[in-house]
Amino acid sequence: MSAEVVIKAENVVRKFGERTILNGISLEVYKGETFVIMGGSGCGKSTFLRHLIGALKPDSGKVYLLGQELSALNEDELDKVKKRIGMSFQSAALFDSMTVGDNVSLPLKEHTKLDKSVIDIVVKMKLEMVGLRGFEGLMPSQLSGGMRKRVALARAIVMDPEVVFYDEPTAGLDPIVAGVIDKLILDLSKKLAITSVVVTHDMKSVFSIADRVAMLYEGRVLEVGTPAEIKASKNQMVQQFINGSPDGPIKFFQQKDDYLEQLIK
Amino acid sequence: MKIFEKIGAIILGTLRHIIDVVALFVDTLYWLICGPLRNKFVKSDSIFFQMVFAGVGSFIIVFFVAFFTGIVIAMQSAYQLARFGANIYVAPMVAVGLARELGPVLTALVVAGRVGAAIAAELGTMQVTEQIEALETMALNPIRFLVVPRFLALVIMLPCLTVFADMIGIMGGFVVGVFNLNLDPHRYLTFSFKFMAWKDVWTGLVKSFVFGITISLVGCYMGLRTKGGAEGVGKATTLSVVTSFILIILFDCLLTGFFYFTQK
Repeated sequence: MSAEVVIKAENVVRKFGERTILNGISLEVYKGETFVIMGGSGCGKSTFLRHLIGALKPDSGKVYLLGQELSALNEDELDKVKKRIGMSFQSAALFDSMTVGDNVSLPLKEHTKLDKSVIDIVVKMKLEMVGLRGFEGLMPSQLSGGMRKRVALARAIVMDPEVVFYDEPTAGLDPIVAGVIDKLILDLSKKLAITSVVVTHDMKSVFSIADRVAMLYEGRVLEVGTPAEIKASKNQMVQQFINGSPDGPIKFFQQKDDYLEQLIK
Repeated sequence: MKIFEKIGAIILGTLRHIIDVVALFVDTLYWLICGPLRNKFVKSDSIFFQMVFAGVGSFIIVFFVAFFTGIVIAMQSAYQLARFGANIYVAPMVAVGLARELGPVLTALVVAGRVGAAIAAELGTMQVTEQIEALETMALNPIRFLVVPRFLALVIMLPCLTVFADMIGIMGGFVVGVFNLNLDPHRYLTFSFKFMAWKDVWTGLVKSFVFGITISLVGCYMGLRTKGGAEGVGKATTLSVVTSFILIILFDCLLTGFFYFTQK
């Protein structure tokens, strides 16, 4: 593929104390594609996402976002890059003290000199895209989990970003709402040509939205490829993960001897 | 050795907290002073909202605390002064005691419990629910956006509340003096203000200014460093109140000493 590279990670390593969370991750995301990062809980995928948006800095290795190397930027330059991306958080992270409308319009009010009437129109348009027009006056506490995630999505795209990051967009939602969110992500990338990076372990959404998939395991990239390539992968770990089987090379339980020893002790 | 290691760890931990709080103070001043120069203003409506919450919202509780404190000082000093037939000196006793010491300190303690705790709980909840991170991802600095309005609100409103507490406390003493000690109301008030020097008032206000800085920074600091869900928020709130209380009394002692030796 000769498409433009929007995000590039080079050998990213990150340690928290003794534990190595990211153990040399390298990958590229191209313009306009929907790139899914999947992997089990605690494999470092959310941490990796935070490195991609510059919230965390790698111990070694480099992250390029929209052509800029993040760790080389000062605060102002990093802010400029951040205004060109959007992020939807796992817990939605809406501001409790603000109405839905204020949540969505906040980046516009802070970063642009648009007139209030224009901002109102933009907010209505973005809420319409997520199917929540008319909910501007409600507080986040009055919404259901799925609605909050959709508001968070509207907030993430309100600045018309070039890249949108999603941290577990469908986790904890019922299958229909999850399907709606998946469709939204697809719509956004197709209609607005947004590059999307999705972190998830929801297999159904992986195969319905992804252009390419990367599987992480213990802080490393196991495999990268199109959904079809991943499905046909010969890697046993990948197969175990996408089929969700308890037995396989990825061990959930500790060794049996260990268990007996600990019980007796 | 274990004991020394533990003591060392505690000292180092405390030092780190102090350095972090000072860093937060410097950051806050930076956004307060240099932010507008870089065309990044702090929203006036959010400062106003915080001022209403911290100041106007605390009026009732400060009223009761100050009023009853005034009554108590009046009765306690009358108990002593009556022996010398010097009942009228209850008036300056109440006025000067409140302006110099009890007005600023009691108001600060009440506000630390009410507003400082609320700040820590609110920012703590925002921290554990990724809201602070969301702000940062939107290129909005949490210090400019959250800390500066709370800081400004307390630094402005706490001295105002203190003046209010001083006046209400004097009214409390007045009630005892007039209705219980049968002093002449006009004479009571004249004595109150005759013995109260301008110095007594402004040293008290300097104190409450320092307490305002303390309460807001401690609350914000404890809130922003919250970790670990609901339990973490609880801990942050408790720590914020306890730390504020200790620091208020400590700074009160230091400032009283400073004024005692410099403002004779």
